[in-house]
Amino acid sequence: MAKTLGLTGNEAVAYAIMQINPDVMAAYPITPQTALVQKFADFLADGDVDTEMILVESEHSAMSATVGASAAGARAMTATAANGLALMWEIVYIAASNRLPIVMPVINRALSAPINILCDHSDTMGCRDTGWIQIYSENAQEAYENTIQAVRIAEHPDVLLPAMVTQDGFIISHGMEDVTILEKEQVQKFVGEYKPHYPLLDPEHPVSYGPIDFHDFYFEHKKPQVDAMENAKQVILDVGREFSKLSGREYGFFDAYRMEDAEIVAIMMSSTAGTTRPVVDELRRQGIKAGLLKLRVFRPFPAEEIVAALQGKKAVAILDRAISFGAQGGALFSEVCSALYNAGQRIPVINFLYGLGGRPAEIENIQEVYQKLQRIVQTGKVDNLINYLNLRE
Amino acid sequence: MSQIRELGYKDLPLGGKILDAGNSENYETGGWRTYVPVHDAEKCTNCLLCWIFCPDGAIFVKDGKWAGFDLKHCKGCGICAEQCPPKVKAITMVKEEK
Ligand code: SF4
Ligand code: SF4
Repeated sequence: MAKTLGLTGNEAVAYAIMQINPDVMAAYPITPQTALVQKFADFLADGDVDTEMILVESEHSAMSATVGASAAGARAMTATAANGLALMWEIVYIAASNRLPIVMPVINRALSAPINILCDHSDTMGCRDTGWIQIYSENAQEAYENTIQAVRIAEHPDVLLPAMVTQDGFIISHGMEDVTILEKEQVQKFVGEYKPHYPLLDPEHPVSYGPIDFHDFYFEHKKPQVDAMENAKQVILDVGREFSKLSGREYGFFDAYRMEDAEIVAIMMSSTAGTTRPVVDELRRQGIKAGLLKLRVFRPFPAEEIVAALQGKKAVAILDRAISFGAQGGALFSEVCSALYNAGQRIPVINFLYGLGGRPAEIENIQEVYQKLQRIVQTGKVDNLINYLNLRE
Repeated sequence: MSQIRELGYKDLPLGGKILDAGNSENYETGGWRTYVPVHDAEKCTNCLLCWIFCPDGAIFVKDGKWAGFDLKHCKGCGICAEQCPPKVKAITMVKEEK
């Protein structure tokens, strides 16, 4: 039977990894991920897992050891945040290009400089093009459940891509919530036995990983990665459906909250959605048709599904917790805009950059977002495409 | 080689893996060459130093004697010419016209 415990986001994911019981876990501590790996080390010391834990000297080595273990045929995991992810960068690409189904929790934190340990999404948004699946979690419960599902998604033979499962640093990673934990046997049964694809440790079938590849083959090796991302869409939905039988919670590409008859909509990822729900509820009480689209899966980007959910809306605000310097707004904004444009939808859209380096996004800030949307609907004019929420002038 | 070159992305093993051992022979590196080694059989003493040093195994030997270059794989590095004893100098590197 499932049980409910008081857990932080970090602890919830450590529980998930304990129940997955990976063959190898290689990690290096970085705030705010440290408590996750520490909790996992407790499980290891208590004999709850038989994982081979590799303590490395940097994140570059953590990802390298994970890649080596995964190529050898192990179910391998690591976890990181911010600058740690940045240091892994080179090998992050290699993991995806070698088609290694590694699952990596990332505790979203701002990138230096100035040094800042608090939440924003610059770290994972910065590696949105690395070929990893990216699943964003709103709270500890989702972080726990997304981690378990990510194993099945990544390892699916039609996918074979690594997956990042994120949660907001401190806000979720260090905040304690009620989290419903499945039985270890249920999780074990759900993730199943890992059947590696051409592992190195199979002397009967010797293979080479990572040989040199020039103009003659490199391009041909990239297109299957594109296709695998596309395949991941169906797998994400199937795995979500299967998992909801265990948890009772629905898991798709996004959560459409009060969207059906909504006229003004805010799109965002992760914990800010938790702040937005009561704002939407309050607006609804006032008769204002507000809705929330909380994106769970950023890679692969569910463009068609988002366009369908936005059909007929009068104004849409897209909230980005990371700046894409020199770009036309945040990355989520750009993705949503191009999805709408390609579908021939001309809905007024605005972008809000918010929450950088842990800058709070409170109820009143979210109210401001919807007020702006109401003004757009009233005047029919978008005066400012890119806006900065809760920034001092 | 030409067959491998024509393989489309749907036919390649996932992740650029090489699934069978010892297949580097199928990858013809001869196209990288700028200079081609030319052998003078009159001068050659069959010491086989060139064969020992060739990094690509691109020198054929038959019955203990020098037997030719494998130009499908020879990259034209010139190591064989360099290693051929100074008093023999049976190999010269010649610019290859393509
Ligand atoms: S040029 Fe280099 S590759 Fe070619 S035969 Fe001589 S040593 Fe071998
Ligand atoms: S090194 Fe020179 S002499 Fe010796 S086998 Fe080669 S070509 Fe002949």
